[in-house]
Amino acid sequence: MDLYEYQAKDLFAAHGVPVLPGRTVETPDDAAAAAAELGTEVVVKAQVKTGGRGKAGGVKLAATPAEAREKAQAILGLDIKGHTVHRVLVTEASDIAEEYYFSFLLDRSNRTFLAMASAEGGMEIEQLAVERPDALARVPIDPIAGVDRAKAAEIVAQAKIPAAVADEATEVIVKLWETFVGEDATLVEVNPLVRDPQDRVVALDGKVTLDDNADFRHPGHAALVDKRTEDPLEAKAKAKDLNYVKLDGEVGIIGNGAGLVMSTLDVVAYAGERHGGVKPANFLDIGGGASAEVMAAGLDVILGDPAVKSVFVNVFGGITACDAVANGIVEALRMLGDGATKPLVVRLDGNNVVEGRRILDEANHPLVTQVDTMDNAADKAAELAAAGAAGSAGVAGA
Amino acid sequence: MSIFLNEQSKVIVQGITGGEGTKHSTKMLAAGTNIVGGVNARKAGTSVSIGGRDLTVFGTVEEAMKETGADVSVVFVPPPFAKAAVMEAIDAEIGLCVVITEGIPVHDSAYFWAHACAKGNRTRIIGPNCPGVISPGRSNAGIIPADITSAGPIGLVSKSGTLTYQMMYELREIGFSTAIGIGGDPVIGSTHIDALEAFEADPDTAAIVMIGEIGGDAEERAAEFVQANVTKPVVGYVAGFTAPEGKTMGHAGAIVSGSAGTAQAKKEALEAAGVQVGKTPSETAALMREIIAAR
Repeated sequence: MDLYEYQAKDLFAAHGVPVLPGRTVETPDDAAAAAAELGTEVVVKAQVKTGGRGKAGGVKLAATPAEAREKAQAILGLDIKGHTVHRVLVTEASDIAEEYYFSFLLDRSNRTFLAMASAEGGMEIEQLAVERPDALARVPIDPIAGVDRAKAAEIVAQAKIPAAVADEATEVIVKLWETFVGEDATLVEVNPLVRDPQDRVVALDGKVTLDDNADFRHPGHAALVDKRTEDPLEAKAKAKDLNYVKLDGEVGIIGNGAGLVMSTLDVVAYAGERHGGVKPANFLDIGGGASAEVMAAGLDVILGDPAVKSVFVNVFGGITACDAVANGIVEALRMLGDGATKPLVVRLDGNNVVEGRRILDEANHPLVTQVDTMDNAADKAAELAAAGAAGSAGVAGA
Repeated sequence: MSIFLNEQSKVIVQGITGGEGTKHSTKMLAAGTNIVGGVNARKAGTSVSIGGRDLTVFGTVEEAMKETGADVSVVFVPPPFAKAAVMEAIDAEIGLCVVITEGIPVHDSAYFWAHACAKGNRTRIIGPNCPGVISPGRSNAGIIPADITSAGPIGLVSKSGTLTYQMMYELREIGFSTAIGIGGDPVIGSTHIDALEAFEADPDTAAIVMIGEIGGDAEERAAEFVQANVTKPVVGYVAGFTAPEGKTMGHAGAIVSGSAGTAQAKKEALEAAGVQVGKTPSETAALMREIIAAR
């Protein structure tokens, strides 16, 4: 899960990383009140989970509470790269002497962690990495040894952060490591990390990605989920413990196993090229089990998506046998009753496939079509979705 | 022959007394795996009856190895306790540790991987979040269904479980020397490259299928390795061409960030290395059938 800047800074503060005081608000009036409370010149910053906020007009300076109200008014509701601004962070404006870049991240290729740091912060890190690669220090971190003062000092030296603030920067880096480990983050990025005129080192921005797999040891992380910007279908699926991602096509997809479902999306997209350009409507992995309840919950979520015109159920019976899956589908359709309205193309293969197909044949549900290969089933599902899309377009036009 | 696992392998199951551990121990035994015991510190000294066999539950991996000569461990321990279980296996220097558990925090995986490296990689780790490794007709360590395929000349390495099964099933008439699911997490033990290297050296493997998916650069690195070191024919498949940037597709590691980790980039890297890449699983299987037929 990616966090908002204000959430990242809350975690920083909890781990002793210096941040500037501020408050997150949702209305222009509250922005004015927050500015009055701070009693200083403030920065009003859009809270969206994407970069380039400044260029998009999402970060503005305000000298007075009235100006803070005005700036918040302009920023709230703004669309930044497809993200609507619902909140702004009103924070003390700081005097900046120098800007640095700092991050801890997971280095997949080397199966370890990495610190990246530079005395030349402020600009986009990708740009810095390309234009001034020598200015960006990359220091591998042993997950067992971690980052103590000595390691942090080594990073500071390699990043060429000036001696005058080396101790402060070292201290901050140790605390950022404590944040990274203590919160089970896969990314902690501060850009810029600033030196103020009094030689204090402060995190002026914050980007944190948390590892969802570690939620079991961080009960507090559940509160960081932003219900408002969550897709309603994704929220519904999550409540049912389903692994679902909403996409923008017309063919609903249910399958078992992440790799097979990803593959199914691709095969449907290829088939769609032959059928009016229909695309997969979602990713939904019901896992190894595929019980009737899980199948019903999955179908319920997918049929709740108005964009869906057909559904492709693609199951390979590995651990679970196909007869159990077939029973799950029949039972799911019974449970959904009139709620099931869209055609289903089912492809079963693997363990007990003969019995599985027999069960579906026998149930003879009017919405269900069985196809025996993944490629042909994808083609059929795309064809039905294209026909459904044409049909509803006709109704809309009538 | 086969790689990593054969009929001589003596297997212990960490977490044998749990639901998944018991269920899959039963299946492994039925597939011919020589399971010699289990590990659960709280039930040390007891025994469990699985598939008509009484298996001793040992307190530690070290003790189980000493008593049984075990050289393979399969881990079904739940995520909160998985790190300790794998660390224990590494400390006992067991030869192969197959971590089936899904949902292990990446800080834990990175930690035990660093520990394995610090100990000189005496323990080969497969996974986590993987279906395991099967040498059909010889042994099965993990949850790969044994009855969907047969023994034969193809080696298979894949990030995905169900795509492994799909491919094994499509090519069941030809059969497999060994099939390995390396797992879809961001930090895993054995990689595509480790498997490719072992398949290249295995006299019973004639051709190799490698299955990848979006995220990371493991496929690109594997492509470089194939070009430099693999003489046997390799057929590839990559899942996730339609996955949008920034959305995690089921596997914790399956996420496209920026321009990195796309299926297209992986496919191009593989093709540049002389690997034939199928557009769909069935097309990939067809490519392999042609290679085997032309032998």
